[in-house]
Amino acid sequence: MSKFRVVHYINQFYAGIGGEEFADHKPEVREGVVGPGMALAGAFGDKAEIISTVVCGDSFFNENVAEAKKTILDMVKKANPDIFIAGPAFNAGRYGVACGTICEAVKEELNIPVITGMFEENPGTDMFKDKMYIVATKPSAAGMRDAIPVIAALALKLAGKEKIGASVEEGYLPNNTRVNFFEKERGSRRAVDMLIKKMAGKPFVTEYPMPDFDRVEPNPAVNDFKSITVALVTSGGIVPKGNPDHIESSSASKYGEYDITGVNDLTAETYETAHGGYDPVYANADADRVLPVDVMRDFEREGIIGKLHNKFYTTVGNGTSTKSSKQFAAEYAQKLKNDNVQAVILTST
Amino acid sequence: MKLEVGYIQIRDISLADESRIDDGVLYINTKELEELALEDEHLEAVSFDVARPGESIRITPVKDVIEPRAKVEGPGDVFPGVVTKMSTVGSGKTHVLRGAAVVTVGKIVGFQEGIIDMTGLGAEYTPFSATNNLVVNFTPKEGLTAHEYEAAIRKAGLKIAYAVGKLGVSHKPDEIKVYEFPSIIEATKLYPDLPRVGYVLMLQSQGLLHDTYVYGVDMKQSLTTMLSPTEIMDGAILSGNCVSACDKNTTYHHQNNPVIEDLFEEHGKTLNFVALIITNENVYLADKIRSSDWTAKLVNYLDLDGVIISQEGFGNPDTDLIMNCKKIEETGTHTVIITDEYAGRDGTSQSLADADPSADALVTAGNANQVVTLPKLDRVIGTLDYTDKIAGGYAGSLADDGTITVEIQAITGSTNELGFSRLSAR
Repeated sequence: MSKFRVVHYINQFYAGIGGEEFADHKPEVREGVVGPGMALAGAFGDKAEIISTVVCGDSFFNENVAEAKKTILDMVKKANPDIFIAGPAFNAGRYGVACGTICEAVKEELNIPVITGMFEENPGTDMFKDKMYIVATKPSAAGMRDAIPVIAALALKLAGKEKIGASVEEGYLPNNTRVNFFEKERGSRRAVDMLIKKMAGKPFVTEYPMPDFDRVEPNPAVNDFKSITVALVTSGGIVPKGNPDHIESSSASKYGEYDITGVNDLTAETYETAHGGYDPVYANADADRVLPVDVMRDFEREGIIGKLHNKFYTTVGNGTSTKSSKQFAAEYAQKLKNDNVQAVILTST
Repeated sequence: MKLEVGYIQIRDISLADESRIDDGVLYINTKELEELALEDEHLEAVSFDVARPGESIRITPVKDVIEPRAKVEGPGDVFPGVVTKMSTVGSGKTHVLRGAAVVTVGKIVGFQEGIIDMTGLGAEYTPFSATNNLVVNFTPKEGLTAHEYEAAIRKAGLKIAYAVGKLGVSHKPDEIKVYEFPSIIEATKLYPDLPRVGYVLMLQSQGLLHDTYVYGVDMKQSLTTMLSPTEIMDGAILSGNCVSACDKNTTYHHQNNPVIEDLFEEHGKTLNFVALIITNENVYLADKIRSSDWTAKLVNYLDLDGVIISQEGFGNPDTDLIMNCKKIEETGTHTVIITDEYAGRDGTSQSLADADPSADALVTAGNANQVVTLPKLDRVIGTLDYTDKIAGGYAGSLADDGTITVEIQAITGSTNELGFSRLSAR
């Protein structure tokens, strides 16, 4: 097998040009390895070769982003590597941002896989960790020895388009993409071990840091229903009999929009639920129990509401990710708004 | 309470004229078991198959998995209040047919029955690819409601597992383990310097085919209460769940609760395991508040230093999990929670339906939305008719070439939240 071709990006300091006073060094390309590239080349063995190294001053990059990006992209394009590696930048802020910025550009514009390395508190990690693999490093260059083999191993996998494992296996910073893998110990054992540490006041690492929960404040109450259009929306999976759009019983990939013009009652012959998370017997016998069209028609007749919107929106909440739910809602909320619906009754199960 | 559990290793199952155990082989006369199952007027027919580890067999739709056990000494017998007379179990001697399992299948009840593959990729995700399975395939009578059908097969499966378990009563176990669970005061005197640890076991009780039975009582009608862990080993807790296959606790999981095993493993060494609290996961807000108040209250009464909380199911019960965690942490007791994730097929969604900063120690059993393609296998026990409809499947899951592309949600036990398996996520 031929060796993977690597282009390595480093700053003026690691190229041996100098420190802060040389940070306005313009981008240049050198053949072969420079500075930390030596260690990378060692880690690659005969599997990959650093064909060229791009050097750029941190100030120059960050103060002339457009120009630096363009120049470096041209250099990388010419070299046509299988993988682009930047840094590692450790806790150097401007270097980290430069590594992230140029990696993103190479990935997006040249469609070449990229990887970099940073300390978790480097400002570059927050900006770029969801966009590329960033190997977790120590804060200073003293961590080079630990970082290089991890970067090299992951770079080879990326270059070879292999499946990438979970962050904890591969050594990259958690990137808000959950990846399954098999642990050495079963879950109960890990829980017992974690509890022993927690009770003793020793450090432990949770396997899922709590997310910032997206809580939505309800709108103020509607005072006057008499003149407005009200719509029904449900996550209880009510669909026309036969589930024409094949909404999944769990982990729904779509929502349905169905016309109920002239429908006064949902019956066992006309509607059912697609939801797999609850006993469907009672919803199938009378779907009004989940999507109360019958009562809303009564309200309409009695003048309690202006009118019931002629379409309802429906999906299955069961096992459906919050991200998908949010995306569905954003779409149909806009449709409801365009149709001048002023209030929505959301039913769940 | 003191329970001696004797494990008889079963290395194969064979259908035969006479039911017995000989040299690690479990011989089954299916005629006897058939008669036992058909005592229930709701069942039309029953058939039996054997599925061994490594065989090219797919079992689906799986309802429950049960380990054959029976008591040798001590009050009562396994599955008390349901299959055997009501009696407090958990002491004396119990024999287990280790390596064997009764798997119940049949026409689907809801949408949430699972898949067990005995070989290939799917086998890696289910613990029941490693057991010798006596698969019992039920045909209900026509016109049965879903609830009558579920109850009939649940009970018939347990009766069969008990009958098979009784074959081991007179056999000498290959391995014996003794579990002792003294009173909390005795336990504290025994290990005064070790942290006092409890286990909060949350049981699925959303109702309408999402039920768990404790000594025959539907858990949704119970207040939070306490048991000895040895009672669970004798089948005091039974699954009646048609919830997603990946994180339903089958009866087998309850009988072999891994948190209990691992807490016993550390008992007297690094911690003092003194309490097992069971609580429910009801759907009404008032129930959720009441039950979580009670778990926190019991934890406080017992003056525990730490608890492990395990969940069953996902979505709605996430709120119970977080309420339990938050209220217990507020009493000053440390918690570790075990759950699984619904992070979407691409893994980029928020994983839980509820969250709180106090849940700072979490063990995850993996993302149930992960998609896998399972190979075509030579034999199907049960039916593939529902593959596109079960939770985790979708239109087109079953391809023309016989492969099945599903979320691991559809695989029995894949993301078990007792921490039974090694699957995790980051």
